[in-house]
Amino acid sequence: MASGAPVPLDLTVNGTRRRIPGDTGESLLAILREELDLTGSKYGCGEGQCGACTVLVDGRPVRSCITPAASVAGKVVTTIEGLEEGGRLHPLQEAFIEADAMQCGYCIPGMIVEAAALLRRVRSPDDAEIARAMEGHVCRCCTYPRIVQAIRKAAASSVRPAPAGRAKTGLGDRT
Amino acid sequence: MSPRPPFEPALEPERYELHEGLPYRFELGRRGFLHLLGGVVVLVVAHDAASQESGRGGRGPSAESELAAWLNIAEDGTVSVFTGKVEVGQNARTSLSQAVADELKAPLDSIRLVMGDTDLTPHDAGTFGSRSTPYMAPQLRKAAAVARELLKELAAKEWGVDATSLAVADGQVSHAISGRSAGFGQLTKGQKLVRTLSGEIPLTPAERWSVAGRSVPKQNARDIVTGRHRYTSDLSPAPFAPSEMLYGRVLRPPALGATLASLEPVAAQDALQGVVLVSDGDFVGVAAKRSSEAARALAALRPKWNLTPQPEARELLDRLRQPPEAPREGRQSPPHVVGSVAEARPKAAHRLEATYSVAYIAHVPLEPRAAVAEWKDGRLTVWTGTQRPFGVKSELCEALRLAEDRVRVIVPDTGSGYGGKHSGECAIEAARLARTAGRPVKVVWTREEEFRWAYFRPAGVIDVKSGTDADGRLVAWEMHNYNSGSSAIRTLYEAPHQHIEFHPGRSPLRQGSYRGLAATANHFARESHMDEIAAALKLDPLEFRLRNLKDARQRAVLEAAAERFGWAKAKSAPGHGHGIAGGFEKGSYVATCAEVKVEPAGAVRVVRLVAAFECGAVVNPDQLKNQVEGSLIMGLGGALFEAVEFDRGEILNPQLSRYRVPRFSDSPPLEVVLLDRKDLPSEGAGETPIVGVAPAVAGAIHAATGARLRALPLVPRGLPSPRA
Repeated sequence: MASGAPVPLDLTVNGTRRRIPGDTGESLLAILREELDLTGSKYGCGEGQCGACTVLVDGRPVRSCITPAASVAGKVVTTIEGLEEGGRLHPLQEAFIEADAMQCGYCIPGMIVEAAALLRRVRSPDDAEIARAMEGHVCRCCTYPRIVQAIRKAAASSVRPAPAGRAKTGLGDRT
Repeated sequence: MSPRPPFEPALEPERYELHEGLPYRFELGRRGFLHLLGGVVVLVVAHDAASQESGRGGRGPSAESELAAWLNIAEDGTVSVFTGKVEVGQNARTSLSQAVADELKAPLDSIRLVMGDTDLTPHDAGTFGSRSTPYMAPQLRKAAAVARELLKELAAKEWGVDATSLAVADGQVSHAISGRSAGFGQLTKGQKLVRTLSGEIPLTPAERWSVAGRSVPKQNARDIVTGRHRYTSDLSPAPFAPSEMLYGRVLRPPALGATLASLEPVAAQDALQGVVLVSDGDFVGVAAKRSSEAARALAALRPKWNLTPQPEARELLDRLRQPPEAPREGRQSPPHVVGSVAEARPKAAHRLEATYSVAYIAHVPLEPRAAVAEWKDGRLTVWTGTQRPFGVKSELCEALRLAEDRVRVIVPDTGSGYGGKHSGECAIEAARLARTAGRPVKVVWTREEEFRWAYFRPAGVIDVKSGTDADGRLVAWEMHNYNSGSSAIRTLYEAPHQHIEFHPGRSPLRQGSYRGLAATANHFARESHMDEIAAALKLDPLEFRLRNLKDARQRAVLEAAAERFGWAKAKSAPGHGHGIAGGFEKGSYVATCAEVKVEPAGAVRVVRLVAAFECGAVVNPDQLKNQVEGSLIMGLGGALFEAVEFDRGEILNPQLSRYRVPRFSDSPPLEVVLLDRKDLPSEGAGETPIVGVAPAVAGAIHAATGARLRALPLVPRGLPSPRA
């Protein structure tokens, strides 16, 4: 714990600049949840083993439960709450709904954030690449096959340009 | 439809379904809110059929004069349905909504399920034992059916026509001849119409279901994928701003059985600045504005503990065979005896005996135990993730010495349970802290607390002795389960002489319910033993099972799984094996085929699983498939590597980095075959598919290596010396 006057923490969360008064050496997860009331990122293990707390820092996935808040000063943080754009779901969010890739759903925000980072790196990952990227995430309900399927669907919907006419244009258009 | 009590029978749970707690009996309180509701209100009263089964053991409610469910149709057409069941990922919110929409003939999106709120919903013993679908869905259907007929009566009166000439569809009552139609809400005209029903109400048979019986997405899926859904651990009670709530932590002893001797003055006084400290008997807890402050305050406390000697791990199997020190409440069922094993078995052509065991395993619900407690005007409200809202309310009343009408428990849709969230300790902790703090307090257990201080699936030892005749037909079957439980202990295989018995044990660790509970242990022992007999007689494992099986539903799933798997052509070879197992529990049937590869170094990989599952009429095929898939992969954890390690009252692997759970790379290609029996009532499905995994995998390992593994987990560190 730092002595003297606490230093405020400046960061950008989901596109908004935030100043957190008095950094007390907390985790990024605690700041997001308790200070900013962004509770989509979950506590699951506290040791970076389950992935439920995953957020993007400058576009890279990190385990916010073991990331000191001070280490993201001046950086850009994206949480599950920041993936929608103008009320439109991210293709991954659509795909998870379509594939019924959830049961209790507690792990899902972390899964989707990690997958968003994966799809930025690899436009069309195969199942093995998906499993490798997601290995650090636990779904205790074990919906793993559906999560893989959802990520594949989302990848397919983002790489394929929307065809004209009445053809199915991907996940945005449910028929 | 086969006969079944129309209402959920008073609980006949396995001993561990409700772990140790206090006996209770709820009276139905005055439900003030009923007076506030307008529109159509239908109350379903549980009655005779259930009360005949009640009055045993002082457990659970007497169903008599209890409300089972209720339903309200508001003027705007919104249908509110009240049930004491909770949503923990098993998808009851969606499937029960489908049942109501189907029977009421209302659009699915007009149904709003209010679940697990002790002020609003009827008493319910808990969400476990795969009972929501077989028991709650028909009750809600009855309420819906009565409401539908009541709406028709209203329309008939209004339009001066005969009710039988009216049609109901999509939330509208219409009269074809006059061309009139009106929405449900319109018909209520703001009047309050209350109808109470009991007894038999004809329900729509599965062949004529429209909304039920098909796949619809999970109801709050959008809130889940956006992170908007608030689990208990995400809540702060309105009107309090999140900043007004405190975060609580509780002081834990160093080992099981330790009690607090004294609490010394704290090491660093400033760590307690602005922190609420509660020291009340054995309970010591803190509450602070931030969870990190609470953790710091807790670490600054200097407790002294009285330790009591606890058993060593190596004593486990002996202790499980010893009867409990104090007979716990709960019944020990008498042995199941048919014929005389003692007389018949010595004369059998082939005799075999073996002992099987299962380890303690942890539920590891990804959302740990969590509770938010708020006191207002002498009344306590606790939001908490539990499978037993009314049981937790009872625990709160007892612990805090409160009258029933002073406590409300609300269960937000919860981050899973698997039988692990029956108890109310976290709720009590939050409530105790909040009472002193005078502000709402949230307690979320750490993962380590969850591993150390929750309860486990019981460990067990199972002895099996069998006798088989020269034609490969069972003559005698004797099975004794020590400690792990009696679920699915009976065999579906035909054996003229049987002795099957469950013996409570002296568990060194706290134990309780789990997905399928002892059904996994009992199936592992039984199906493994069937495999051993088949191997000894040089019979195909499937052929041997079918030869001893008359039950048509069990045969059907075995045959369906074998066909999809290609069992007839699946030839095992060194390092590459196939296994099969059948199972029956909670009214549903499963058969599982496993294909396993064993590396020369001993690593075991399950490369394919096929399961056939039958649970009567299917309500939501895709969500059912989801449950079956999840059960299979979760079952792989307990089959292959999950085990709680302990010694002398201490859990040695209380972190996810040390307790291995299935991950993406453990998940093999899966195929699920659903047998939809529209002629049979729907049964629960969240549990049964787990039971066949371990024996099928054990059989496949044997086929691949010749090694017969009789302890779960089978290969926590790989096979020691595979005989490839």
